[in-house]
Amino acid sequence: MNLKDKKVVLHDMSLRDGMHAKRHQITVDQMVDIATGLDEAGMPLIEVTHGDGLGGTSVNYGFPAHSDEEYLGAVIPKMKNAKVSALLLPGIGTVDHLRMAKDLGVSTIRVATHCTEADVSEQHIGLAAKLEMDTVGFLMMAHMATPEQIIEQAKLMESYGANCIYCTDSAGYMLPDEVTQKIGALRAELNPNTEIGFHGHHNMGMAIANSLAAVEAGAVRIDGSVAGLGAGAGNTPLEVFVAVLDRMGADHGIDLYKIMDVAEDRVVPMMDQPIRVDRDALTLGYAGVYSSFLLFAKRAEAKYGIQARDLLVELGRRGTVGGQEDMIEDLALTMAKEKGLI
Amino acid sequence: MSKKLKAAIIGPGNIGTDLLIKMFRSEWIEPVWMVGIDPTSDGLKRAEEMGIKTTSEGVDGLLPHVIEDDIRVAFDATSAYVHAENSRKLNELGVIMVDLTPAAIGPYCVPPVNLKQHAKELEMNVNMVTCGGQATIPMVAAVSQVQDVEYGEIIATVSSRSAGPGTRKNIDEFTRTTAGAVEKVGGADKGKAIIIINPAEPPLIMRDTVHCLTKDTPDEAAITESVHNMIKEVQKYVPGYRLVNGPVFDGNRVSVFLEVEGLGDYLPKYAGNLDIMTAAGLRTAEMFAEEAAAGTIELPARG
Repeated sequence: MNLKDKKVVLHDMSLRDGMHAKRHQITVDQMVDIATGLDEAGMPLIEVTHGDGLGGTSVNYGFPAHSDEEYLGAVIPKMKNAKVSALLLPGIGTVDHLRMAKDLGVSTIRVATHCTEADVSEQHIGLAAKLEMDTVGFLMMAHMATPEQIIEQAKLMESYGANCIYCTDSAGYMLPDEVTQKIGALRAELNPNTEIGFHGHHNMGMAIANSLAAVEAGAVRIDGSVAGLGAGAGNTPLEVFVAVLDRMGADHGIDLYKIMDVAEDRVVPMMDQPIRVDRDALTLGYAGVYSSFLLFAKRAEAKYGIQARDLLVELGRRGTVGGQEDMIEDLALTMAKEKGLI
Repeated sequence: MSKKLKAAIIGPGNIGTDLLIKMFRSEWIEPVWMVGIDPTSDGLKRAEEMGIKTTSEGVDGLLPHVIEDDIRVAFDATSAYVHAENSRKLNELGVIMVDLTPAAIGPYCVPPVNLKQHAKELEMNVNMVTCGGQATIPMVAAVSQVQDVEYGEIIATVSSRSAGPGTRKNIDEFTRTTAGAVEKVGGADKGKAIIIINPAEPPLIMRDTVHCLTKDTPDEAAITESVHNMIKEVQKYVPGYRLVNGPVFDGNRVSVFLEVEGLGDYLPKYAGNLDIMTAAGLRTAEMFAEEAAAGTIELPARG
């Protein structure tokens, strides 16, 4: 693989996807500490939001330690060069949240839908584009659709005004060949000015390999997370990815030692549990299930005595999509009843 | 003289057609007119084949016939954009408007919670909230009737095939309207609504989850009884409304897990989200008819 001099724009997820792994309890001080470290290391884009995006605060997904306004209001003024992005899932957040984020200085809005339901994003993408924000369409659970469907949905988002489209492996299910195929198809079919991005999870141990495949196939933006802090087995660990890109001579613009230090000194010490491919995280990837289901399934196991792995496999079989966290407790109750446990 | 109220349906789409089929079975409402805007539409042809009068000239095509055909109630299944005008024109002639669009000019109506009150007050325009609201607000109310609910949250999951272009284009309207009605009708101090669209095949039956956070420790026995009673009330007009799990109690959290299967009249059975709207709309008009027949309300006078 030759990535020499290839431009790669990295986007850190530790303060958004990482919120899942921290049950949305990252403090404002921790956010500012990590974000300033990333800024000094040269990270161009940092996402700051509730794990489930703007307005994600809920019983269903978890109440965060602080509001989106508080986090964004604390982090953005401290950034010297880095820009801050926010995630928005239509059906959870609304254009009111989008305007709030814009007013606080968020420069990039990423509007996320299930990979076959892009038409719910028209209002939000349209408004972000009108406000002249960097507007990203984020197609989640992209392993659940064919390349043809992905292209069709990406074109919808492009038509609403997105200037960048992501192929998002929310379940950490994809293997490199699938990434090559889907990113390659997007690059071939979308407007040449539309950027392509890839967001991976490490549930099958493929996050680095998949991200490399994405760059080779034409993706410019790659999501990752310092120390891998993210849902499931985490996101593409950015310090590792930077070292790999460095060896390959790609143009990433990050100071390797500085990002290593942010990972080791600032992120790892605040982890509640090691971010690793344990059997439940592996099951997410294997069964194609949304990564943020991990801790909910573990909690249901502890409460109802049904193995998290069994819950996740069944949720995968049912075609559950992102956001359906309520179905985890529902399924645990149903299975516990069947087994006579309750 | 028949006690049935004569009705018009505006919008001959899936919702309007399903409503028409349900109306043929009603003891209280008699469908007379179907109103559309496209003379070649399948919906108008279907209505004509079912033996009711049609016009393709919109509400203006219906107005000259309102008095002579004694139309007393109209169902608007068009869009929020045209509803206000439709309602104004028909209200002027003394026609009660049941609003199935997200326009929400009139008060929210969730039949087992506040329909009786609206009927007694002869509200001339009632809004049916949203599909997610119809499916979940009775449960929020079941809890808040027992004790204070500081926060009510609902998650509605619908199949991709049952989520129409209107819902998709303006999904924020769903979350806002539903959250507002969780407060106003459900009785929660603060409301939150989430909608998920799932593309699985075969399509999944509508699922709804309701989380309430009570101010004080929940009275488990009283809430459980209230929830079961409310389920029975909804089942009177949506027989496929089922409690799958719960109520579950966890600290001050009360959670209820529901499934809504439709009758499969015109819409497929999995589209319980659409069925509960048409069934609730019809139930609403029936209550007005019942109250009028009982003499507790007097419909606007006609010469």
